[in-house]
Amino acid sequence: MSGARDEVCIVGAGLHPFGRHDPALTGMAMGAHATRLALADAGAAWADIGYAVGGSNVSGKPDTLVGVLGLTGVPFVNVRNGCATAGVALATAANAIRAGETDLALVTGFDKHARGAFAASPADYGHGDWYGETGLMITTQFFAMKDRRYLHAHGLKDRLLAQVAAKAFRCGELNPEAWRRTALTEDEILRSRVINPPLTQYMLCSPSEGGAAVVLARGDRAADLCERPVRLAAVAKRTRRFGSFEVFAPWLPPQAGPSPSVDAARAVFAAARISPADVQVAQLQDTDAGAEIYHMAETGLCEDGAQQELLDLNETAPTGRLPVNTDGGCLANGEPVGASGLRQVIDVVRQLQGRAGARQVPGRPRTGFTHVYGAPGISACTVLTV
Amino acid sequence: MTAIAVDAALFASLDPPRLAGARCADCGTVTFPAQPGCARCTGTDMARVELADRGTLWTWTVQAFEPKPPYRVPAAGFAPYGVGYVDLGDVIVESRLLGGPGGFEIGLPVRLALLPLWPGPDGSTVVTYAFEPAGAGG
Repeated sequence: MSGARDEVCIVGAGLHPFGRHDPALTGMAMGAHATRLALADAGAAWADIGYAVGGSNVSGKPDTLVGVLGLTGVPFVNVRNGCATAGVALATAANAIRAGETDLALVTGFDKHARGAFAASPADYGHGDWYGETGLMITTQFFAMKDRRYLHAHGLKDRLLAQVAAKAFRCGELNPEAWRRTALTEDEILRSRVINPPLTQYMLCSPSEGGAAVVLARGDRAADLCERPVRLAAVAKRTRRFGSFEVFAPWLPPQAGPSPSVDAARAVFAAARISPADVQVAQLQDTDAGAEIYHMAETGLCEDGAQQELLDLNETAPTGRLPVNTDGGCLANGEPVGASGLRQVIDVVRQLQGRAGARQVPGRPRTGFTHVYGAPGISACTVLTV
Repeated sequence: MTAIAVDAALFASLDPPRLAGARCADCGTVTFPAQPGCARCTGTDMARVELADRGTLWTWTVQAFEPKPPYRVPAAGFAPYGVGYVDLGDVIVESRLLGGPGGFEIGLPVRLALLPLWPGPDGSTVVTYAFEPAGAGG
């Protein structure tokens, strides 16, 4: 591919597998590991990187990594935007290339979370202590309540949640880097421990550990660094608008409004000049099985309510018409928050490069899409093309 | 018992229990709790208002596992509890729910109640708000 100077391409990718690791292995060490893999994949040296962006929610300041990677003086921006961190980091690095600050940039992310649901601080989100103390500030409650509302509004059955989770674990089984690689039946998923009804244990992603990194290059340099560079055709990020139903919200207005995922997806498809119908492989934020269901519609990949038929026909599997989360997504990989969005990008990059192994989408897909959503109502989306 | 609000800003009164919010003078948007700026129109002329004490259940779940801090475990130990959003007409508020999940369904009529939390000073009890099925207890 002969890239243009105004294009940004992904020319290297590295992943420290997500999961549970040695307690002594720090989040930052996983970030450094993923970064070195990404640089090696691009055939680039750390000293070549002219701009770096890193994200971590709980495992330290990412720019500290320069101490182990090498003190080259590189500008390094830290990002902390919840589950949307990696998408925002990617956008920041891409903009630095487009602004002419560098022709080679690094994006890295990592986290090492404690077991169990996240414990959030009310003050961090502008709430009084009462909100946490009285037991309302728990992310999984929101997932369950948004799922129930969505399923009710569109006439979908609770079992669809188990269908999505079963698909995720089937993908995990095909992915040697996934955390959960054992397929589970829908009945096993439905019978697992109830967390927040209608959600059971295996319908929710677990906070986990891991790192991920990509190397971005200006289009005219991409072919020198990568046999099959993947164009970052567009990236967009949005915060919430009035009326969207968001995590950590003590109230919402009766009149519904578009979610930040709706806005970010519309913006990214417009910027890339493609339609959601052109997407051949997608990654959607699946913090729980229901999130994958409504994010399919919020991003425009299907109509509200069409998910039942798509799942019944297995169309969101790697071999289907609309492959979603082919590496098993958050459900099979867990979520190290700072790295999760980069894992999505790496999965789609590998799909577009034909390097996805047993989960490869057939027919040489050329157009991919990624979507992250995080607290307190932020989304970032990308369109990736070859 | 003497009841003390877990956060006085949440309540217009404790007896009878009434929640307090804020209404935007420019666009009429109602927030809960009261806040100094309007999330819809960006206005800053917000007046404190009492919210309706009856509504319908908009969505719900049950908190089946014991949350990590800052959640405060009751003296009697953790027991699963209901959580929902209640449509009060001009605002939908998030709330603890009283009663068993067996009867919870979207659209269920509910009314405001107080939920004792933990002991306060001088023999008082710290309370928060909750909604219960409107058919309960007459």
